[in-house]
Amino acid sequence: MKKKLALALATVLACGLLFTGCSGGSGRVVNVCSWGEYIDTDLITQFEEETGITVNYQTADSNEILYSQLKNGGANYDVIVPSDYMIARLIEEDMLAELNYDNIPNYSKIDDAYKGLSFDPENKYTVPYSWGTLGIIYNTTMVDEPITSWNAMFDTAYADNVLMINNSRDALGIALLSLGYSVNTTDEAQIREAYEKLAKAKADGVYQGWVMDEVFQKMEQGNAAIAAYYAGDYLTMLESNPDLAYVVPEEGSNWFVDAMCVLKDAEHKEEAEEWINFICGTEASLANMDYIWYASPNAEALEQYPAYYEETYGEPLDQELYEIMAAPQDVLDRCEVYENLPADTLTLYNDLWVELGVGN
Amino acid sequence: MKNKRSLFAVPYIVWMAFLVVIPIIIMVVYAFTTVPAGATDDSLTFTLSNFTSMGNYTVVFTRSFKLALIATLVCLLIGYPISYMIAKEGPRFQRIAMVLIMLPMWINFLLRTYSWMSILENNGLLNQFFRAIGLIDLYNSIAIHFAADPAAYQPITYFQMMGTSGAVVLGMVYNYLPFMILPIYSVIVKLDHSLVEAAHDLGANSIVVFRKVIFPLSLPGVLSGITMVFVPSVSTFAISRLLGGGNQMLLGDLIELQFTGGAYNPHLGAAIAMVMMVIVVVCMWVMNHFGEGEEQAVML
Repeated sequence: MKKKLALALATVLACGLLFTGCSGGSGRVVNVCSWGEYIDTDLITQFEEETGITVNYQTADSNEILYSQLKNGGANYDVIVPSDYMIARLIEEDMLAELNYDNIPNYSKIDDAYKGLSFDPENKYTVPYSWGTLGIIYNTTMVDEPITSWNAMFDTAYADNVLMINNSRDALGIALLSLGYSVNTTDEAQIREAYEKLAKAKADGVYQGWVMDEVFQKMEQGNAAIAAYYAGDYLTMLESNPDLAYVVPEEGSNWFVDAMCVLKDAEHKEEAEEWINFICGTEASLANMDYIWYASPNAEALEQYPAYYEETYGEPLDQELYEIMAAPQDVLDRCEVYENLPADTLTLYNDLWVELGVGN
Repeated sequence: MKNKRSLFAVPYIVWMAFLVVIPIIIMVVYAFTTVPAGATDDSLTFTLSNFTSMGNYTVVFTRSFKLALIATLVCLLIGYPISYMIAKEGPRFQRIAMVLIMLPMWINFLLRTYSWMSILENNGLLNQFFRAIGLIDLYNSIAIHFAADPAAYQPITYFQMMGTSGAVVLGMVYNYLPFMILPIYSVIVKLDHSLVEAAHDLGANSIVVFRKVIFPLSLPGVLSGITMVFVPSVSTFAISRLLGGGNQMLLGDLIELQFTGGAYNPHLGAAIAMVMMVIVVVCMWVMNHFGEGEEQAVML
């Protein structure tokens, strides 16, 4: 019996060692969690060489998955890069730490346009990482005329040729925009109307599928005519299919900002701020922008990018592409940033979303 | 002596306790509780509302069980003859056949499902092939004669396969077929051949031998095969999302949505998972009753 107990204890101990093994050692560490394909990985090596801090870089699939990881308490991230509405929610639930901007001198290079946004009005918790727009990607050989309106996403003329985005916020947001409502509305009648529009289009067989990153393969290989997705990803798709075009519809769209934040219970706050400072520097921003195709909020980097591109690739950057990546002010004026919705609106979103999936 | 041998079971018990028993307890606790509205701390209150709200999802339940049942049946119809055939061959052939059956399982499951996407797409390999051999033109030239209004007939340029429930079943069958073949094969290959000979001696022809001797004796393998195909099929979410194009929401998708969706309701998710588990366990229990008297099927 004693032996049994000893063995059991030994096993538990061994398990414990196994799982804590990676956080041991005396070196300085920072745990970063971001999205997939969302950083130029050379930057990580460069940062490690410059500072001697080891970066544990992990990725999450979506804001919602990141949120559930944080809620479950299973993750020990220091720096995360959520989007606007999720930041608002995390601040509301008191999960983020206030930053010491003295340790982040490069913050001064961030354009004022990305400071004081609705999710962090007093600039206490965030340093913007990148921004972009949601829009319609379409295959010019598969549509009769250029797409200009979100209504194309509900048009039976393109039956079985449309890819709707597979998350409740964006899909219902698109329907709200096509009806001329705000993406941040909390009016139940408006949200239900948007749901009806989606449900009708679904019943009419407009949607070939509800997709997230599967959209790359489908659009690149010409399996669908129209899809709603993000500007930066359009530029990636364009590399393999030159027939694709991108538009921010006339009704306006979502303008999203992803920003770096430090968690309240972060163990490596100092290292986290060093990392944030490094990433929002001009040089790193340029390299990153070139890799991920999403615009940087660093004013210098954004301005220098066309020159950087020409120097790197030996050819000038197409102005049109540059404006898709970094939407000009007149486009942004049409767009809205997602705000965090109150709990009962979120529940309504989820209920309608499930109904939409259930109903066939 | 007995004590010493049970020592070997300790790692298994620890493993099961940590990865099976504790998670199930957590699931049950979540299923019967909720976070009261407006609470800021981690307080939980007892509730049954997670279960009462589940009526909205009957469609998803029926669809999941229906598709998983079809997939299991197809696996059985394909898997049994193959296992039987392989078991009859020489040891060299058996080894090669086993490697070939296992081979796809060395590749990541998601990767394999993604490959099916490029095969089944409207512009995918299969449709390109159909177009090249003129099958689609042939279909159009026939269908136009049957169209109510031939003038208005819209010729098709592809057969739609993606996003249908057929594609989802195909994905399940493809991914889980080895789990049907392996247990059936391992039972048949160990059958005492003298029983078959005895049956022949007593005048039974091959069909009777199969029906009265081989099939009943292979039943434990069939039962564990059915379990091992049905359970992952009924709970899958990747296959329905990738091959069903999000048009075919299954239980797995519904549960995943509760954890990773915007409203984040792990309590409802846990309740759905629990109901699904209970239904599956009851199904398996009933099934194993069929095999009563035979050797009990291995539960997973």
